[in-house]
Amino acid sequence: MITRAHLKDAVPDAFRKFDPRHQLRNPVMFVVWAGSVLVTVFAVTDPSVFTVSVALWLWFTVLFANLAEAVAEGRGKAQAASLRKTKKDAVARLVNGDVVAGTELKIGDLVVVEAGEIIPGDGDVVEGIATVDESAITGESAPVIRESGGDRSAVTGGTTVLSDRIVVRITTKPGESFVDRMIALVEGAERQKTPNEIALTILLSTLTIIFLLAVVALQPFAIYSGGEQSVIVLTALVVCLIPTTIGALLSAIGIAGMDRLVQRNVLATSGKAVEAAGDIDTLLLDKTGTITWGNRRATEFIAVGATSTETLVAAARLASLADETPEGRSILELAGGEPATHHEKTGEFVPFTAQTRMSGIDLDGRSIRKGAASAFELSDTAREIVDEISAQGGTPLVVAENATVLGIIRLSDVVKPGMKERFAELRAMGIRTVMVTGDNPLTAKAIAEEAGVDDFLAEAKPEDKMALIRQEQEGGRLVAMTGDGTNDAPALAQADVGVAMNTGTSAAKEAGNMVDLDSDPTKLIEIVEIGKQLLITRGALTTFSVANDLAKYFAILPAMFAAIYPALNKLNIMHLATPQSAILSAVIFNAVIIVALIPLALKGVRYRPASASALLRRNLLIYGLGGVVTPFAGIWLIDLLVRLIPGIG
Amino acid sequence: MSPLVAGLVQVGVLVAALAAAYRPLGDHMARVFEAKSHSKLEKAVYRFARIDPDGEQKWSTYAYGVLGFSFVGIVFLYVIQRLQSLLPFDFGRGNVPSGMAFNTAISFVTNTNWQSYVPEAVMGHAVQMIGLTVQNFVSAAVGLAVAVALIRGFVRHQTDRLGNFWVDLVRGTFRILLPLSFVFAIVLIALGVTMSLKSGVDVDGQAIVNAPVASQEAIKELGTNGGGVLNANSAHPFENPNEWTNLLEIFLLLVIPVALTRTFGQLVKQNKQGYVLLGVMATIWTAMLAVIWGAEASGLRPWEGKELRFGIAGSAIFANATTGTSTGAVNSLHDSYTGLGGGGALLNMLFGEMTPGGVGTGIYSILVMAIIAMFLAGLMVGRTPEYLGKKLGRKEVTAAAVSILAMPTVLLIGAGITAILPSTQGALNNPGSHGLSEILYAYASASNNNGSAFGGITVTSDWFQSSLGLCMLFGRFIPIVAVLALAGSLAAQKKVPVTAGTLPTTGPLFASLLTGAIVLVAALTFVPALALGPIAEALQ
Repeated sequence: MITRAHLKDAVPDAFRKFDPRHQLRNPVMFVVWAGSVLVTVFAVTDPSVFTVSVALWLWFTVLFANLAEAVAEGRGKAQAASLRKTKKDAVARLVNGDVVAGTELKIGDLVVVEAGEIIPGDGDVVEGIATVDESAITGESAPVIRESGGDRSAVTGGTTVLSDRIVVRITTKPGESFVDRMIALVEGAERQKTPNEIALTILLSTLTIIFLLAVVALQPFAIYSGGEQSVIVLTALVVCLIPTTIGALLSAIGIAGMDRLVQRNVLATSGKAVEAAGDIDTLLLDKTGTITWGNRRATEFIAVGATSTETLVAAARLASLADETPEGRSILELAGGEPATHHEKTGEFVPFTAQTRMSGIDLDGRSIRKGAASAFELSDTAREIVDEISAQGGTPLVVAENATVLGIIRLSDVVKPGMKERFAELRAMGIRTVMVTGDNPLTAKAIAEEAGVDDFLAEAKPEDKMALIRQEQEGGRLVAMTGDGTNDAPALAQADVGVAMNTGTSAAKEAGNMVDLDSDPTKLIEIVEIGKQLLITRGALTTFSVANDLAKYFAILPAMFAAIYPALNKLNIMHLATPQSAILSAVIFNAVIIVALIPLALKGVRYRPASASALLRRNLLIYGLGGVVTPFAGIWLIDLLVRLIPGIG
Repeated sequence: MSPLVAGLVQVGVLVAALAAAYRPLGDHMARVFEAKSHSKLEKAVYRFARIDPDGEQKWSTYAYGVLGFSFVGIVFLYVIQRLQSLLPFDFGRGNVPSGMAFNTAISFVTNTNWQSYVPEAVMGHAVQMIGLTVQNFVSAAVGLAVAVALIRGFVRHQTDRLGNFWVDLVRGTFRILLPLSFVFAIVLIALGVTMSLKSGVDVDGQAIVNAPVASQEAIKELGTNGGGVLNANSAHPFENPNEWTNLLEIFLLLVIPVALTRTFGQLVKQNKQGYVLLGVMATIWTAMLAVIWGAEASGLRPWEGKELRFGIAGSAIFANATTGTSTGAVNSLHDSYTGLGGGGALLNMLFGEMTPGGVGTGIYSILVMAIIAMFLAGLMVGRTPEYLGKKLGRKEVTAAAVSILAMPTVLLIGAGITAILPSTQGALNNPGSHGLSEILYAYASASNNNGSAFGGITVTSDWFQSSLGLCMLFGRFIPIVAVLALAGSLAAQKKVPVTAGTLPTTGPLFASLLTGAIVLVAALTFVPALALGPIAEALQ
């Protein structure tokens, strides 16, 4: 998680963050910072082992908070640096022959890119087809095809054309390109506080004010009681009580949350979108490619008449040997997957044409064909089977030898493995899944049932998708969807979380608030989990932070007042050695716990889909009860060491 | 019957009576604030005051209504006290001094009823009846109105209208408080509470002070007011002659705050939501009763400061109820309680008056606390926090935070300054930790609009009159404005549908969460101060 290199870069950053202007952004840590300054002044004017130790550890508290943020930012910076390398100074060749620097392109410029050249800016292919190496951005080494028109027309600046020649229309200004946005995002340069983060900051500020007040008012009570306290002790008490743990880690948690998305190759345009992902009530998922494999696959061989199934399988295999389509390959696979023998390769392959509507092989005088049902003369039994498969949403392929129908191959949508379980998890999280498909309602229903989605939208047109999103939103629900086509763009923009596929059009990428570089539609589920994990981490650490205060009271209050009310020593249940060691131990615990929790803040607390009550019970137990118990043990242990310091123990 | 059994019987009767009243009263109050039509009397009032009863208000207008009405009330109360000698039934008690009049005016308008005066020596019947008693009704009705406005914030969506303050005020007074007070005043008279317009009677050469007690006693408890007509308050035999009136008075001061949880459940159309709040209130109330009663029963001098006719249990139940409801009536001297017992009464107030709290204030305070608890809980289940179908964002958390911050702020500032004022030592009966408890108690009582006096502290100096007055003022109206702003931002929202991912707020998990939040907030805020007062005292 955190490497030595990370730390090496983070430490100087952590020291730079001592700047009060930086501290002001975080009210809790600003109070600690101001307290450190105050105590330092007293430690300098009236030095003792105790005062100097407290001053040092208060500065450590600030430093550790800075470190948490710096480490979180550092991981982003490393990613940004590797991205920057892709921003080579590309030269753009315009269609009219002019050559300009990539940084001077305007929206609408048409540029020519040929094999071996770097695409100078984001845009859409308007002419030609090419293979493009996008590994610089996606990390995926296999080249992808980009072509004009359709849903695979978008290209990203900084990627390399491997073959052929394309003409690209530039769609973004230099400096606002995809890579630029990505760099800004992972660096956290444009990081704005998200709505929940703002609300939490208000709550933390409120707690800070309460504790400030409680301690400030304590001094007059102490004076009244004849036990006036030093500013150092009071400051130590304030710092221990205010929620420094969460205050110190809050921004690291936010940065790390975005970072986790980036690590999964998802780019969010704002932290707000990530948070919204955790709130999603309804998930719209395209059937094809998301719930089912993108292509129909052979799932069954049905022999007709006197033909045995073995004969049919053998014939189907032969007919598909040269068929490079995904359907063809799936037939081979279902038939056993044996590759063509040397002898079989001598046969004459007959390709599919629109006229014959069939393909196959002529081998040893046998003419084996497979094709659409309408291309063959069918017996009544065969006709019945064909109709039944169609009615169930499948595609029938007829196999015939020398014009005799042997049987039928059922091609159908195959639900990806594990989908049912994922949807059940989503249901447990309170998320309703809706499958969107162009299929007829009957087919859609069959697949919806098989996949275990809650609902489906059949014969869906882009307008229907949009209407469904609006309808859900009117009921107060938050909707997430994925999309890649230009006609998905309005719906992507309307959805609360719209994840565009990187393979999609630039219109889609512009409209959505996230882009998935892997173009994997099922990733939406992971995105939801990351959103939730982000909030849970904040909530859990806040609870932990506040729960810690109980032990600190037990440590510090007897230390402060046992001199005037000896009975208060009964509260010193940790048996801390001296008032000085008690206070110093609490301050040290308070600082050290920040460092101890940095890994948790960066990784996020463990999230497993469960009902809200189960989650709350679990987190309350771990972070609430744990937050009460941990500091008792921690402060007690630290005191065992601290009491050895001369002048303290 | 042993004292323990006798006490348990009293608690049993009390709980049975509250249970019997719970549904009818709660449902009645819900109907009152939902009703569409106005009675003839109400229509006459609206015509006279030029109010359009069907015109609904935004939260800000509603808040201006509350503040304006209360301000006028304070000015009026102040003026009639200062001009008392011109009014009938003044019995030559003269004009009330300015500091005292200032404090008393605020005290009664804020539903605090802190009394820095000796009623039978200072206030005539006219000021009592047209001033203080009127405020006993309307200040409670203001609390009801604010509570109802907040509940409407949860119930309504995508609107900026929260109802009409004047209508809610009039209905709360005419349809709830007046009829109930009338009935119970009669019952009190039947049970032996006095009712007289004379200044007193002469018995064998001894002047026994009397007043129109019963009519004010009923609303004193029902409206969680607590200001006695006589200085000894509910320890005086004319206000509280026997164990039956004692039990009835405890019932009266609990009944509306308790039944309001039912009203809440009715209005949000899910009774369970109200039951769970009642459960939380009852849990804390019962635990605190055990603390106070136990501490008093096992104290060194258990009878010190208590009336023989009520017993230790009757005193402890009363003390727990009066400090848990922001009433402030007393039937025993809390100053004489043990460190733990007195600390318990103090802690009841420091919870922020929501166990079950004052009329209206109790339910809105616990709802604010529920919002804070649900905010944290919502984060912990990985969703934008929500409560009762409304999201808890920046605005809601800010309003809730302001509402919660007000009380500790004014309390700690007031008590802190008082602790180091040189004049304070002279005002205290006791030095050391008990003296600090007396200071803390006074400022807790004022800032929480409770009004009960610990005693043992002379609060007639200008410093006490003005600082306690300001504590009452800010402790009342800062939360009210914040709560109304909260209601406004809730009402403006869409309703979030309930899904499997929604955290249920009706079960034991939510109840423990809310209980924990109430106790934790009070403990974390006040433990340092309490350590030097009641805690130091109790540990010795």
